[in-house]
Amino acid sequence: MQTQDIFQTLKDTLVEQFELDPAKITPDARLYEDLDLDSIDAVDMVIKLQELTGTKVSPEEFKEVRTVGDVQRVIEKLLAARA
Amino acid sequence: MVRRVVITGMGGLTALGHDWATIGPKLRARQSAVKYMPEWAAFEDIRTRLAAPVQPYDLPPQYNRKSMRSMGPVAVMSTRATELALEDAGLIGNDVLKSGRTGIAYGACAGSAEPVVAFGRMASTGSLKGVTSNTYVQMMSHTGAVNISLFFGITGRVIPSSSACTSGTQAIGFAYETIKYGKQDVMVAGGAEELSLGPTAVFDTLFATSTRNDAPTTTPRPFDRDRDGLVVGEGAATLILEDLEHAQRRGAPIYAEVVGFASNSDGAHVTQPQVETMAAVMQLALEDAGLPPDAIGYVNAHGTATDRGDIAESIATQQVLGKRMPISSLKSYFGHTLGACGSLEAWLSIEMMRANWFAPTINLDNLDPACVELDYLTGSGRAFEVEHIMSNNFAFGGINASLIFKRWPG
Repeated sequence: MQTQDIFQTLKDTLVEQFELDPAKITPDARLYEDLDLDSIDAVDMVIKLQELTGTKVSPEEFKEVRTVGDVQRVIEKLLAARA
Repeated sequence: MVRRVVITGMGGLTALGHDWATIGPKLRARQSAVKYMPEWAAFEDIRTRLAAPVQPYDLPPQYNRKSMRSMGPVAVMSTRATELALEDAGLIGNDVLKSGRTGIAYGACAGSAEPVVAFGRMASTGSLKGVTSNTYVQMMSHTGAVNISLFFGITGRVIPSSSACTSGTQAIGFAYETIKYGKQDVMVAGGAEELSLGPTAVFDTLFATSTRNDAPTTTPRPFDRDRDGLVVGEGAATLILEDLEHAQRRGAPIYAEVVGFASNSDGAHVTQPQVETMAAVMQLALEDAGLPPDAIGYVNAHGTATDRGDIAESIATQQVLGKRMPISSLKSYFGHTLGACGSLEAWLSIEMMRANWFAPTINLDNLDPACVELDYLTGSGRAFEVEHIMSNNFAFGGINASLIFKRWPG
């Protein structure tokens, strides 16, 4: 999957899962402050990403994620590790 | 010093509508809410195909993704019923909710059924598929109580009362005691039950469900000779209990006073009702209220239409309150709403006391000779005025609970 595809998939997922305005989902958007998600939403987002990538997210990776771009990089890493 | 406790708000979601203005005329018209459930045909092992599902209900915009992510159907109904009751009490937006002086006593047989599937899958396959951050919160037995707390920002004590068919009864009783002894000023009290095949299968396995599948509205038949078991229902009902002085200071509407409560347990058998302890709980409620038996003008029976339950209840009621006791069962209309029945029946009994009319037990055509003499209300019910009513419920495991409400003058 290309970077652009990953971003689009992530965006679609966030829009659907959290009823977000697609326009607000940019790589710099902060999950908590800009998208109004909270820790519980983050958990459900990770569960969804695990389903999409077929791999487990580590607690460290989970805790370091702040922005949509961070999430995208974690997905890229997971997919690369799986390849 | 003990304080007086009054009811200042009532609301619910039921199989016959969501307010007294809608439900009352249907009771007078002897309208049963029991339906044939074609979608249950897939479950071959279950004999009954009958249920009394809640009528569709609207949710206002404040029920959004974030406020509802922790709710399954039972929590949604608990919360919405509570909102209707708080609106009725004029307490939406009132500072008392967030002051620590408002608490919650609420229950159901269990949390929602769907999340149980995810944990069942985990147990049988090792996969966590379908488990999310909120799966447990939707499944846990106090899901209604905590979701109410979250939704309205209520910060006082939470008393989960998930004791199956006495959940709503105990919720009201525990709430009453909490205010009576000064621990809180306002309590949200109630119970709810979402329709699922779990409880239906439980009663079906025990041969306690009605299988009059081709004649839904002729069953359940509480106290009737030809009864063949209960029908599972669905709904939620919430009462707002309040310290009398607190209620009067804010000019709240007052529907009735809670004057007596008792709860005990059989300590004998998991499903067989015990007359002695059933009678004891009614006696204890009378003592709590400081009332003689003849002060009670009407008894709202548990009356599920099971074989043994109805007989035992009639004997216990006669022992404590005498043959003259007017009695009826709302389960003949709504089926057995399990965790909701205690608060649903309390709510509607108070409405009947206020209307000076008490609903008959529908489908009670021929009294079972094994049910002892009482003044069973049949036909078109009865118009009369009473000072006190008693509402009783009995649950699996031998839990008994009895409430007494007093008419509020004016």
